[in-house]
Amino acid sequence: MSKRLCHYGRMSAPPELAVPGWFTVEHGVTWLLGTRCGDCGTTYFPPETRFCRNPDCEGEELPEVRLSRRGTVWSYTNACYPPPPPYVAAEPYEPVVLAAVELAEESLVVLGQVTPGLAVEDLRVGMELELTSGPLADGPLVWMWGRAS
Amino acid sequence: MSVVVLGQGMHPWGKWGRPFTEYGVAAAREALRDAGLAWRDVQFLVGADTIRNGYPGFVAGATFAKALGWTGARVASCYAACASGAQAIDIARTRILAGLCDVALVVGADTAPKGFFKPVGGDRHDDPDWLRFRLLGATNPAYFALYARRRIALHGATPADFAAVKVKNALAGSLNPMARYRGTVTVDEVLASPMVADPLRLMDICATSDGGAALVLASEAFARRHGGPAVRVSAVSTVTPTFPGTVLELPDFATDSAAAVPPPERTFRAAVAHAAYEEAGIGPSDLSFAEVYDLSTALELDWCEDVGLCGPGEAEKLLRAGDTSLGGRIPVNPSGGLASFGEAIPAQAIAQVCELTKQLRGAAGGRQVAGAGAGLAVNQGLFGHGSAIIATV
Repeated sequence: MSKRLCHYGRMSAPPELAVPGWFTVEHGVTWLLGTRCGDCGTTYFPPETRFCRNPDCEGEELPEVRLSRRGTVWSYTNACYPPPPPYVAAEPYEPVVLAAVELAEESLVVLGQVTPGLAVEDLRVGMELELTSGPLADGPLVWMWGRAS
Repeated sequence: MSVVVLGQGMHPWGKWGRPFTEYGVAAAREALRDAGLAWRDVQFLVGADTIRNGYPGFVAGATFAKALGWTGARVASCYAACASGAQAIDIARTRILAGLCDVALVVGADTAPKGFFKPVGGDRHDDPDWLRFRLLGATNPAYFALYARRRIALHGATPADFAAVKVKNALAGSLNPMARYRGTVTVDEVLASPMVADPLRLMDICATSDGGAALVLASEAFARRHGGPAVRVSAVSTVTPTFPGTVLELPDFATDSAAAVPPPERTFRAAVAHAAYEEAGIGPSDLSFAEVYDLSTALELDWCEDVGLCGPGEAEKLLRAGDTSLGGRIPVNPSGGLASFGEAIPAQAIAQVCELTKQLRGAAGGRQVAGAGAGLAVNQGLFGHGSAIIATV
C-alpha cells in the first residue's frame, strides 16, 4: 500500500484507506483496483487475487487492473437512520447516500457511497457519475461516487 | 416417489423475547399432534440453525432433540441464512427418499434482536458482510431499496403500488392467527410511515421477529399406513447462482463482470423457481397460489415476475387488477407474508411450507384459496442459497 501512496511525498502522511488494495488515490484521482484473469479475461471487483471464479476457467494469474472511473447509475438509495456498527455514523447524522454504478467496459455494477452534497433527489437511474473518494466519519478514506466533471 | 407432509406446527410470530428453543419445541409438539404421532416415532430430526447464540450447529438439531427429550434419534443441523429451512427440509426429504428413515421432524426457530440486522462483532476485514456495513453503511433495507428504485425507473412502479402490496398482505395476515401483525392498514398509512431507505418506508420493510415452525415429513408408504392427509412435497430447489451474477446481491459490493462470460439465461431468483418447476413437472400456470419472500413490498413484485406469474414489468398490472389478492386469480402470500410475520430467519422457509400445507388441506380458514391444488414457496438466502418448495395434493 505504501508503494501506491508514494506520490504523496515526504511532506504529508498518506491518508489511511478504509480497505487496503481495493482503491488508490494518485494526484487527487481515485481509481478502483480490480483484477483481471489472464486466462478468460474476467474482471473482478473487489479483487480476486488467487483463483478465477469462472467455473470453466482454471486461471490463477489475476493481475491488478484499474476500473473505469465513470459509469451510469443502476440504482440508488439512502440510509435515513444511522447504520449500525461497524459503520461509524457522523454526529449529527446526515443520511448516507448509496449508488450502484454500472461500468460499461467491465460490464459490472459497483456499489459505493455518494459524495456529501448529492442527495437522492439529485440522482436518476442512468445518469453519469464519476469516481472520487472521501473520508468516513472516523477518518479513513473510502471510494465514493460523485458528480461527473 | 415423493415425501409427504404429515404434520405442520407453528409458534405464533412476535417479539416475545423468550429463548428460541421454546418456540421450536412448541412448534414441534404442534406438528407432532397435527400428524398424530409421538416424539418417539421420529427417527430423524433436522434443525435449521439460528446464529443468535453462536455455535450454529449446537443450537439447532441437537438443542431441539434435547429439549424434546433425548430419544437417541438421529440428528442434523444446517445453516443457509434465510434458506436454512429449505435446506433442513431437503436434508430430511433426502434421508427419507434414500430409505434410511420413514419419519423425520424439521424444526426452525429464532429469537431476533431489535432493529437492523447487523454483522457478527469484531474486526473482520475479510468478511464482505462486515465490510459492507463498515465501508458503506449498507444495511439490508438499502439493498431492497436499490431493487425498488430500479422497479420505479424501469417499470413505472409507484410508492402507492408498494403500499398496495402491504395493504394486501396485511389483510391476509389479519386472518392468520400465527402472524405477528394482525391489523389491516391503508395505503395512506404506509405512505405516511417514516422513510427508511428511499423509496422504501418503514411499513414497506419486513421486521425481525421471534417465531418457530416445524414439519413432520414421512415416506409415502408410512403415510399410507398411517392414513394421514396427503400433501406431497413435489420439489425442493436449493440451487446456487450461475456465474456471472448480474444483479447486485446482498451483501456484495459489486456484481460479477459479464464482459468475458455472457450472463446466464436466468437471474438467480428466476433460476431458484425454475429448478423447482422442473423437478415438480409443473409450471407457473399450474399454481393455485404462491408464498414469496417479501423482505420488502417492492420485492414481492420482483418475485411475481421471477417465479413466472407474469412477464417482466407486469407485476404492477397483476397487483392493481387484484390478481394476487385473496380471491384473485393467483393469490400471492395468502399467509400474510413477511409483511405480517416479520422474519424469523431459520423458521421462515419452514413456515412457508406450513402455509402450503394448510392451504392444500383446505384448512386455511378465512384466507383459504379456493380449490388449492399446488403451491410454491420461494425464498433466497444470503451468500447464494436458493430456496423453493412446491407442494401439491
